[in-house]
Parts: sequence; C-alpha cells; structure tokens
Amino acid sequence: MNTARQKREISGTVPFDGAQARKGYALNKMCFSFNAVENREAFVGDEDAYCAKYSLNAEQREAIRNRNVLQLIAAGGNAYYLAKFAGIFGLDMQDIGAQQTGMTKDEFKAMLVAHGK
Amino acid sequence: MAKIIGGITTSHVPAIGRAIAKNLQTDPYWKPFFDGFPPVRDWLAKTQPDVAVVFYNDHGLNFFLDKMPTFSIGAAAEYQNADEGWGIPTLPPYEGDAELSWHLIEALVNEEFDLTTCQEMLVDHAFTLPLELLWPNQHCPVRTIPVCINTVQFPLPSAARCYKLGQAIGRAIEAWDSDANVVVIGSGGLSHQLDGQRAGFINKDFDQMFMDKLASDPLWATRYSILDLVELTGTQGVELLMWLAARGAMLGNVTTVHSNYHIPISNTAAGLMLMENA
Repeated sequence: MNTARQKREISGTVPFDGAQARKGYALNKMCFSFNAVENREAFVGDEDAYCAKYSLNAEQREAIRNRNVLQLIAAGGNAYYLAKFAGIFGLDMQDIGAQQTGMTKDEFKAMLVAHGK
Repeated sequence: MAKIIGGITTSHVPAIGRAIAKNLQTDPYWKPFFDGFPPVRDWLAKTQPDVAVVFYNDHGLNFFLDKMPTFSIGAAAEYQNADEGWGIPTLPPYEGDAELSWHLIEALVNEEFDLTTCQEMLVDHAFTLPLELLWPNQHCPVRTIPVCINTVQFPLPSAARCYKLGQAIGRAIEAWDSDANVVVIGSGGLSHQLDGQRAGFINKDFDQMFMDKLASDPLWATRYSILDLVELTGTQGVELLMWLAARGAMLGNVTTVHSNYHIPISNTAAGLMLMENA
C-alpha cells in the first residue's frame, strides 16, 4: 500500500490540513485564547510567560516574536486564529497581506482594487 | 406547513462590522458594497419572514481545534455574540427557534446527516453581519437557526455534500408543521485569500460565473473538489460552500431577483444575491 499520498500543490498556499493542525495546535490554542481581552492584555504584559504557558515550541515562539505571518503559517498557524494575534497590534488584513507578499500596504491595496477592473 | 420564501447570500468580513459601528455606509470605499442592500431590505419588508436559517462558518469563536464538527446546528432559545479578538462592540443576543431546530435535527439525522447539536453556541461575524446588513438600525426581528459548516480545518465537506445538506434542510423546513415563512441565508465568500504568499488573490471571472449559475444550475459548482475551489477562489473563498447550502435549501426552480458584486471590501470580493422560488 502506498501510504505516501502525493499532496496537491497550490502555489503560495498551505491548506490547513491534519498535518498543519497537529503541528500548530499549541500556537493556535494560544491565538484562540486572544478572543478574551484579559488574555490579550496578559500577552502584552508578559509575552514570554504567556507563550510558555501555552508550551509553544522554539519555531512558534520565534515566529510570534518576529510577528511574521509566513513563519507563523509554517509553524502550523491557521489564518482564522492568527487574525486574533494580529488584532493585538491593530493590524488589519491589508497589513497582513502586504507583509506576506512583500508589498507595501499601498501596493497591496492597489492590487486588490486592480482585481476589480 | 412552513414555507421557504427565498434565499439571500452575502459575503462577510469583520471590517463590515467596524464600518457599521463607525457609520461609514456612504463613505466612497464602502458605498458600492452597502448600496447593494436596499432592494433586499425592501423585499424583506414585503415578504415578512418569521425565521432565518443561516448557513455560516465559525472563525474560531465557538469552535476550536479540540473539537471541530463538520456540520453543526444551534438548538437554543437564543444565541450570544462575543468578542472575536478585536474588541468590536458585541451585539445583543439573537432569538432562536428551538422547536424548528429540533425538527431539523430529527429530519437531518434521519437522512444520515449526523450533525453536532449545540444548546450553547456563540455566533461570530459570519452569522451576525448578514442580519445587521439586512435589518439595519434595529435588532434582528426574525427567529434564527445557525447552521455552521467547517471551513477551518481540512478536510472540508465537499461542495456536493454541502449542497445536499441544504436540500435536506429545505425538505425538512417544508415538512415542518407550522405556518412560518422561512428565509435561508448563506454567509461567506466570494473569492479571497488571507494567508500565504498568494494573499490578496481574487478571481472575478470565477465569482461572476458562480453567481450566474447559482440560481439556474447550482450543480455547476458542485463538480469542483475542495482543493479545486481553494485554487480557484482562495483559501477563504471556499466559504462559498455556504451559498451552495443555502441554494440547496431552496429546492425546485429559483430565479435571481437582485444581485451585487464589488471588489474589494478588505481583501474580499463581496457578492450579494437575493433569490426567490419561481
């Protein structure tokens, strides 16, 4: 039996499948906690302690430290939970998009508008 | 017996909630989006539904990865909104219809749709925004049934399966011993992708074909696999599953009464459709 099923590649895209869900569980659990304002404040108050409480691994801790979305995805982060992390810093979806695509925010917004033409 | 009077499908984006809170409906950025809604509000004022069945996807407010149901349904007298992480003011509770919920649960499990039933269910922007847009400046005047489809963790249910879920809900509504008028709502899409190097992806051609086919040939979209849909519409564009479920619930022949499409709202291609049973 061939257990090494070939994964479909979609460029620039990481479907959040079982492998990602297992890898990112601790990271996503921490981000899920940010639904509550007291948890957002606790994170801001002592980031190291908060990450330790959720047992983030070194890759996840580094990605959180860097506020780097592509690193967070590589570490198993899911877009829906990561959005709550981004919210702590007042980042909107154009900030996030610009960071991931290497554009300025204005360039990213212009690209979105151009899709409508 | 209860009657399905129509279906409404719309996009949802947290930024819409912020725009409503700041009264930006006539701001040049937002106007092309909000201007789509008055004809639908007029239709609602005329048809006066009693209940809305809302197909939506939770974004990590009610469900976490510890327990992730593929299909879930509310079975409560009311549903609470809560902070999703951004501190947007929370909305008052939405009235449920537990009798219809349990009728749907009985009928659906009997048809082999084994749903997760929720007597407590926090509803996020995907559920609340369509209701805020359809009934602005008032609290939602209809009883609601939340039906949640997982789009967080793959594997997602196929487009064909979501369409069939909608059909089963439509049959169950029409078999409900009640004189209620029911509107079905699908909340999600259209094309957008928030994550990865492909963030900002939008596919206007596909969206327009999808909207064009939804009323007359809904099976057109069900030929695509989930990964096809991710490739064609983006990682979050796949939320169009909610539109297919809502269309499925309408059964029979359907005509499009009104539609609107605008790029972009936040990172999203925003669509709106009002459909009626012919």
